[in-house]
Amino acid sequence: MNEAAAQPLLEVRGLRKFFPISKGFLRRVVGHVRAVDGVDFTVKEGETLGLVGESGCGKTTASRCILRAIDPTDGEILYRTRDGRTVDLARLPPGELRPLRAEIQMIFQDPFGSLNPRMTLLDNVGEPLLVNGVTSRTERTERVAELLRLVGLRPEFMHRFPHAFSGGQRQRIGIARALATNPRLVVADEPVSALDVSVQAQVLNLLLELQARLKLTFLFVAHDLSVVRHISDRIAVMYVGQLVELAPTDALFGQPRHPYTAALMRAVPVADPRVRGQDGILGGEVPSPAAPPSGCYFHPRCRFAQDRCRAEAPALREVAPGHFSRCHFAGDLTL
Amino acid sequence: MTPPTPMATEPLLQVRDLRVSFALDDGLVRAVDGTSFDVMPGQVLGVVGESGCGKSVTMRAILQLVDRPGRITSGEIRFRRDGEMVDIARLPPRGAVMRDIRGGEIALIPQEPMAAFSPVHTVGEQIVEAILLHSHRWGEKKLGRRDARDITVGLFRDVGISMPEQRVDAYSWQLSGGLRQRAMIAMALSCKPRLLIADEPTTAIDVTTQAQVLGLLRELQAKYDTAIIFITHDLGVIAQMASYVVVMYLGRVMEQGPVDDIFHAPKHPYTRALLRSIPGLSGQTRVALPVISGALPHPFNRPAGCPFHPRCPDAMERCAAAVPRLLPVTPNQLASCFLHHDEAELP
Ligand SMILES: Nc1ncnc2c1ncn2[C@@H]1O[C@H](COP(=O)(O)OP(=O)(O)OP(=O)(O)O)[C@@H](O)[C@H]1O
Ligand SMILES: Nc1ncnc2c1ncn2[C@@H]1O[C@H](COP(=O)(O)OP(=O)(O)OP(=O)(O)O)[C@@H](O)[C@H]1O
Ligand code: SF4
Ligand SMILES: [Mg+2]
Ligand SMILES: [Mg+2]
Repeated sequence: MNEAAAQPLLEVRGLRKFFPISKGFLRRVVGHVRAVDGVDFTVKEGETLGLVGESGCGKTTASRCILRAIDPTDGEILYRTRDGRTVDLARLPPGELRPLRAEIQMIFQDPFGSLNPRMTLLDNVGEPLLVNGVTSRTERTERVAELLRLVGLRPEFMHRFPHAFSGGQRQRIGIARALATNPRLVVADEPVSALDVSVQAQVLNLLLELQARLKLTFLFVAHDLSVVRHISDRIAVMYVGQLVELAPTDALFGQPRHPYTAALMRAVPVADPRVRGQDGILGGEVPSPAAPPSGCYFHPRCRFAQDRCRAEAPALREVAPGHFSRCHFAGDLTL
Repeated sequence: MTPPTPMATEPLLQVRDLRVSFALDDGLVRAVDGTSFDVMPGQVLGVVGESGCGKSVTMRAILQLVDRPGRITSGEIRFRRDGEMVDIARLPPRGAVMRDIRGGEIALIPQEPMAAFSPVHTVGEQIVEAILLHSHRWGEKKLGRRDARDITVGLFRDVGISMPEQRVDAYSWQLSGGLRQRAMIAMALSCKPRLLIADEPTTAIDVTTQAQVLGLLRELQAKYDTAIIFITHDLGVIAQMASYVVVMYLGRVMEQGPVDDIFHAPKHPYTRALLRSIPGLSGQTRVALPVISGALPHPFNRPAGCPFHPRCPDAMERCAAAVPRLLPVTPNQLASCFLHHDEAELP
């Protein structure tokens, strides 16, 4: 990455999204699901930030806030536009948001659900172009052909419907669609989770190749630690709506600084029968984001927890250059 | 057929050249196309393969539960019962013997966890019913509802469900994913099966919960000495759980052998390619992963010859013409590949 590229493209500060829980005939609000509960991170231009965590920790909600598919409850989402301005996506009125939609695109988990089954590839992939004012059909056809070639599909396929394609091919179609408007930032929410290992490898390679070729910036959301490790420059680990650790990939795996990250790594089944580990299986369950525990959200499951952890919520602190941890004892623990 | 893996003990289950096909309006799907393997008593057999390769259909065939229009078209499923081998493929699916085997001697943890329990009865009631249905497996004495409930509470405790007395009265939809999975394991164990078939039991749950469930299955396997067929597409899970591994592709066994040989000395090009294509927790990041070229063929268009030949980096002329048999290629391993032997299936 060169000097200019190291600038942040996206800076998320204190992001919160609470969903009201309502009850009874009058839909009285009785509480809130704290789906995203104070998240801070930056994504530098040209890099891949991996966002990893278990089901329900708030990954999708955070992504949807960044795309303004939903309105955040609180916080700033600072984005540097193509023409060099910095805007707060969290507060931008719809009229000013619209021209930015082309710059920020999303790839979805479900290659089956994210395409319209009644539209040909030409219309599925070309739709974002139409929305962004490319009204000439010839122009769209040319661009779609180019996009299909880019993701390794034959342009002749453009008159077929999605059902004629395999899971891996549909995910390629979804990627082509996301790239149609020449985006700068691509938010990929579990783009390979539904795919078989051999197809997963093909799609990961494609994403890496496209990133290098088109200078894309990725926010890559997934629950699979090995996949996130493979694709990311830096990784943010989420637990119950908060980041618990954020570090460059090698630093995170070389020396995790939060007990949850370490437990998550130990839980990944290693594809080698000679490395059979049983020790340190994390007990208990993920708490509900509607009623998170006191103090450190991880304390009920943490084998290092002290009285202080039950009473006082730790802040996300920088414990080594570029390495952040939300643990009172991040500096002292051997994980 | 050559008997796979010569071993001192007698196999509990022998699947031989099993074929299952679905006659659909627009074509014939040969979902299982000549599969053979053995399960030894007390063994954890891992079956691995990508989506659609016939893992679930094979297991449903073993229980005579293949959905229509699917049909077992040939092959044998020999199961040891009271010291004799019975061929499940020849038993009437709804007959008394099959009903006794299904759920009594062979239990299935199905792939869809929600579908396994009825939402209108508590999980406890459902397990009690299952115990009463196969009550002779708990001894000579006739069991009453009370006894069955006590057994259920004990099973819940065994699978690590806290507050078991209360939890048996819960409905499945009131339980978290991890607890539901544990309840399902309790249900499967409720008839003291000799063979437990676990069809992707951890695919839908989180990695820390998965680690708990895998640990639990390992513990229970040692305690009850039940043989387990463990199905997954996750090579990591296979490496952690199985003692012996069967690798499937397009309804056929490509390779089988002890887990260490499969991971450290794979013989079949498909096994080798599959192992190379997974990102791990070590090794270089942000570089291209080795991939298997091409895509899985559509089920209606099975390639002739070796099913893997269109994607195989080592394919030879012969591979497109004849189907290699599954034969021993080392003292421990069997593979169906012409790189390792010359014998083809009869046309
Ligand atoms: N529209 C909504 N209304 C109420 N609660 C919601 C809504 N969307 C998400 N939640 C809750 O917010 C929390 C975070 O959900 P989210 O989908 O962001 O998690 P995730 O990390 O993407 O999980 P997964 O890995 O399962 O996709 C969960 O507890 C979820 O139930
Ligand atoms: N009820 C059915 N009707 C028609 N075809 C079927 C049916 N059930 C399975 N098949 C076909 O049989 C083949 C094998 O399916 P099976 O479910 O055994 O795969 P699997 O290995 O279990 O895959 P997965 O990992 O996705 O569970 C597939 O091609 C599938 O489409
Ligand atoms: S703050 Fe305490 S409870 Fe939280 S992770 Fe650190 S040691 Fe564990
Ligand atoms: Mg999600
Ligand atoms: Mg299956």
